[in-house]
Amino acid sequence: MSITVENIRKSYGAFQALRGVSLDIPDSQITALLGPSGSGKTTLLRIIAGLEKPDEGSGPIRFHHEDVADRRVQERRVGFVFQHYALFKHMTVFENVAFGLRVRPKHERPANDVIDRKVHDLLKLVQLDGMAHRFPSQLSGGQRQRVALARALAVEPRVLLLDEPFGALDARVRKQLRAWIRRLHDEIAITTIFVTHDQDEALEVADRVVVMNEGRVEQAGAPEEVFHDPATEFVMNFLGHVNVFDGRIEDGKVTFASVQIEHPVALESAAGPARVFIRPHELSLHLLPRSDSLPATVTGIHAAGPAVRLTLAAEGDHTFSADISQDVYRALKVAVGAKFWVLPKDLRVFPGGAPDSDRL
Amino acid sequence: MRLPRRQHSVLPGFGLTLGFAVVYLSLVALIPMCALFLRARGLGWMGFWSTVTEPRVLAACRLSFGAAFIGATLNAVFGFIVAWTLVRYRFFGRRFIDALIDLPFALPTAVSGIALTTIYAPNGWIGRALEPLGIKAVFTPRGVVIALTFIGLPFVVRTLQPALEDLEADVEEAAASLGASRPQTFRRVIFPAIVPALLTGFALAFARALGEYGSVVFISGNLPGKTEIAPLLIVTQLEQYDYAGATAIAVLLLVISFAMLLLINLLQRWSGRRHLRGM
Repeated sequence: MSITVENIRKSYGAFQALRGVSLDIPDSQITALLGPSGSGKTTLLRIIAGLEKPDEGSGPIRFHHEDVADRRVQERRVGFVFQHYALFKHMTVFENVAFGLRVRPKHERPANDVIDRKVHDLLKLVQLDGMAHRFPSQLSGGQRQRVALARALAVEPRVLLLDEPFGALDARVRKQLRAWIRRLHDEIAITTIFVTHDQDEALEVADRVVVMNEGRVEQAGAPEEVFHDPATEFVMNFLGHVNVFDGRIEDGKVTFASVQIEHPVALESAAGPARVFIRPHELSLHLLPRSDSLPATVTGIHAAGPAVRLTLAAEGDHTFSADISQDVYRALKVAVGAKFWVLPKDLRVFPGGAPDSDRL
Repeated sequence: MRLPRRQHSVLPGFGLTLGFAVVYLSLVALIPMCALFLRARGLGWMGFWSTVTEPRVLAACRLSFGAAFIGATLNAVFGFIVAWTLVRYRFFGRRFIDALIDLPFALPTAVSGIALTTIYAPNGWIGRALEPLGIKAVFTPRGVVIALTFIGLPFVVRTLQPALEDLEADVEEAAASLGASRPQTFRRVIFPAIVPALLTGFALAFARALGEYGSVVFISGNLPGKTEIAPLLIVTQLEQYDYAGATAIAVLLLVISFAMLLLINLLQRWSGRRHLRGM
């Protein structure tokens, strides 16, 4: 079931949560709506579910060519998993999962033994088969999340919508659940949209990432695409740690922090201020000076991890970080106070000065 | 015996506060109640039995419990609607109505008795409208029910309000997304979640109604065997210096109300046992 939304707008009083969002969600894939809080991602998810009504003048919401904008949530057949699970506390795990089947109109309601079989199949799917008679209060956060998922799947939804599904869990459970959701999806292949503010989560779990900011879509694409080829400064900034330099474009070259480097963007742009983005892993350290490197002094070392993160200070009060491998770290005998020549292996240049408010 | 709480607690003063609580409860509740039982013992079993089985006493008890039960039930239904309206909707005058709920608490009971009698009397505003329908409110058991409903209302509303406010919106949304209609969501999701609070409100309204005296004596007319409530009967006995008889009725009231409260508590435990556990 593919989903298409066109020009969706939503305001709460003076606050514009969505400023005309158009989006195609491909069939049978996991799509992540990624953005900071207030970016409108949850509002968009709730509008797709039918829990929220878009403003007048918004375009259609299509579930596989069928416009569902005027359908109520009950009629849309969506499976919605809430951030805080929203389980029915007075019902057992079994009854929670069976709820969607039991509330069907009489002539559509499956017989008790069918419900029984179905619920147990679902509980097996979410690996909670032994917990059928427990109450939600007796389960851990990760287990509750899986009950919520089984409950949503029980109604055989056309799409599965997850609102910050891992938000309320601790880091370890979160990692496990992420991998598990990915595997589960490969098994049942249902069109899935999930909302998150965690870029690692989005890049790891999703087939497609939609980066949102201030009620607009900044970029939509495969995880590699948005990570390696960010369309906007915001996406660059939001997806992982990045060093930002204020520079200038002149004569087809970009100048920042005492280096001058040729760059295709600089060739196409008129002279003027520019912002240069370099990810920490795109920098390498050298002992000998080069024309396209900038001299810098190590001011901090964080070596506990797969890579070593260095904090460096270049002249003109520029502080930035660089990730180097443990091998290089040992070979170069890096220590605080040591001076190196830092070479940007890759960088992105966005013409224009710094925005009024730095969002990160 | 050592109390099993020797671990260091961050909240100091456990011994002191527990001691105070026990002494306080003993002075204001336990000792007077024991005195009541001791006093009634002077009557002997036979005396006690013959006193409490007198037709006048039985009729008074029947009226007291019956009217209190009906009043509490009416409050459970309509108090629920009032609480729901106040919690769920925002409208002009909501605060005012919310404040009005406490009126039966604040008003001296005699004042409410007079006020109710005035409007429900055959020449009062409401009594006049009821008269042609053949319904007599004042000086009948109906009047007792009216008074007891009036004084019980705040108990139900005030216990339900926090419970309704605690209901999370996403639980209802979850029910809707699973295809449940509004009535289904109400019956299967909202109502079971507030039953414990509703029972508490019912129990409080019932207990309060049982002891009510001031507002009832005006509206009921106090006809022995017909509209005479048990608390009034106790007062009447006392006025006739029949202390033993008064205590016998008092003990009967005490035992029955205790049993009923126990029953309601058990019912509440049973209905609330699931989600009151943790979470």
